[in-house]
Amino acid sequence: MDALFSLIQGFGVLADPANILYMMIGVLLGVLIGVLPGLGGANGVAILLPLTFSMSPTSAIIMLSCIYWGALFGGAVTSILFNIPGEPWSVATTFDGHPMALQGRAGEALTAAFTASFFGALLAVILITFFAPLVANFALRFGPPEFFAVQLLTFASFVGLDRSSPFKTLASMMIGFALAAVGIDIVTGQLRLTFGSHELLRGFDFLVAVIGLFGVGEILLSMETGLAFKGASARISPTVVLQTWAKLPQYWATALRGCVIGCWMGIKPGGATPASFMSYGIAKRLSKNGHKFGTGELEGVVAPEAAAHAAGTTALLPMLTLGIPGSPTAAVMLGGLLIWGLQPGPLLFIEQKEFVWGLIASMYLGNLAGLIVVLTTVPLFAAILRIPFSIIAPIIIAICAVGAYTVHNALLDVSIMLLFGVVGYVFKKLSYPLAPLVLALVLGDLAETSFRQSMLISDGSLRIFWSNWLVGGICTLAVILAIWPLISIGLGRWRRGRLAAAAD
Amino acid sequence: MDREEEAQSPSVVSTRLMEIVVALIIMAFGGLVIWDSIRLGWRWGLEGPQAGYFPFRVGVLIVLSSAVTLAIALFRRRREAGVFVRRHELMRVVRVLIPSAIFVFLIGYIGIYIAMAFFIAFFMWWHGRFPILKSAPVAILVPLGLFFMFELWFLIPLPKGPIEEWLGF
Repeated sequence: MDALFSLIQGFGVLADPANILYMMIGVLLGVLIGVLPGLGGANGVAILLPLTFSMSPTSAIIMLSCIYWGALFGGAVTSILFNIPGEPWSVATTFDGHPMALQGRAGEALTAAFTASFFGALLAVILITFFAPLVANFALRFGPPEFFAVQLLTFASFVGLDRSSPFKTLASMMIGFALAAVGIDIVTGQLRLTFGSHELLRGFDFLVAVIGLFGVGEILLSMETGLAFKGASARISPTVVLQTWAKLPQYWATALRGCVIGCWMGIKPGGATPASFMSYGIAKRLSKNGHKFGTGELEGVVAPEAAAHAAGTTALLPMLTLGIPGSPTAAVMLGGLLIWGLQPGPLLFIEQKEFVWGLIASMYLGNLAGLIVVLTTVPLFAAILRIPFSIIAPIIIAICAVGAYTVHNALLDVSIMLLFGVVGYVFKKLSYPLAPLVLALVLGDLAETSFRQSMLISDGSLRIFWSNWLVGGICTLAVILAIWPLISIGLGRWRRGRLAAAAD
Repeated sequence: MDREEEAQSPSVVSTRLMEIVVALIIMAFGGLVIWDSIRLGWRWGLEGPQAGYFPFRVGVLIVLSSAVTLAIALFRRRREAGVFVRRHELMRVVRVLIPSAIFVFLIGYIGIYIAMAFFIAFFMWWHGRFPILKSAPVAILVPLGLFFMFELWFLIPLPKGPIEEWLGF
């Protein structure tokens, strides 16, 4: 019940008209960012983060999280109308969404996608409302070894669950840690990895890296394919919306399954994309119309969208309660918290009540505002996509440059951004995952500090990570996840061996 | 260029070669991290872990993981590997990178707003064949909008050049 009272107080924070204004601006910008190629959620939040330094942290996080909701909604627009997934987790939406648009049922597909997204987010926010205080309360007992264990688990789950090569995931992650170490070591005051350069004293800012890797890198990839948008036209009339809403209740089971999958996967890092595919796959297997999936089935739009949005929302739960972001965008927001002087983690729920509950309350309103905004403005955003890419691309690059400059008012950062853009392009083409790099860059200092503190407590013995059931359990799980690729190869061999034996 | 020509466009680099080169670069980076960590001290000091304690381990993991990636790429058979980039694709990427690099270089001399205007107009002409009459409005309005937003609304100064100075900013 405490959660409910706190939530009501949170809505009180939103009563400030300025916060409502920031919310609407955030949602609109977010949809724009989600629709435009090269400006995903993580990159968009990174560019706008410096603009929020002058706001109060509460207003700032409300605006930034609303950009995130908007981007989640916007991703569906490009997938359905143009068959171009704006974000990796909207790939599954294209399977049925685009065929529907080609049949002239774009309005229906979009309405279903937005409504399913809203439903997914709503359930996830309810989960956060009641579950986050419990997690935070539990995490209050955490010491440095426990925090390091949770961070280890986060990174290990990247290695174990990512679809790309585990060695590439590991390399990408460790590059992030190495870049995070550049600059002055906070414990000893020594200069690390600066090689005598004064410019490198500042270290590598994750915002610059994110803007380069995701923004410029994405533009380079889009230009390489000679992107020409050929889209279906979009018109959403109130009648279509109402007709679609009348059809949707029969898919409640699919939507609910999607939400549960999304919430479960979303807490783990990088969960939104697998969640959307898993939800689509399960819906296909269980639905009466499963064989028609892929030809323009409404249910095939509902399933991945509900899961992706639920996962995208629950990604904020570990960020708020443990200080572990579940997605690159959450990582950027976590970096924002650090810049505003807030220490993410369980203490946030005690020391910054207004901030936390204002944010959670804004998740309810932000998603509702997002739903209304996207339903009313889709034709406008679809029109933006018809602007030739040779006009949009230079504007996006210029905005990325402005964003990279404003982080530290440093010109060198703009060049570094361009360099990260090339790195992002090459890494994407060789399927080195970028999310672990960004996450490691954000969490590098925190992870190193908790590792050092643990080592100080135990006088250099790794046995501290198995000193009690809690930390030991988390660490064991992390180790299993980290070597999971090896285990799964072994299991595959063993199964094949048994099959061969059975055949004999 | 039409589709048929694009399909015949020669490969510039194979994915296998690129895998090898990138793995080697990453290993070199890891080596750099290890080297600097050894300088800082990677062992257990008098009052606890030294400054290079954590980076040293990170560097070792970078080298090891990339060594495996390198080995996988080396042992893969040559014809299994695909094309990393074809010539016309590379040309398109280069045609984005060159003006962007010049744009970034110019910011320091003529300010971000004027550099941006030139960049947008040039980019639109080079990639979209837009005549100056069509590109000028975009190239002027975008920097102008950003100018109002940053300099006047958010009071965040961006790099400015002689022209803004002459106008009194």
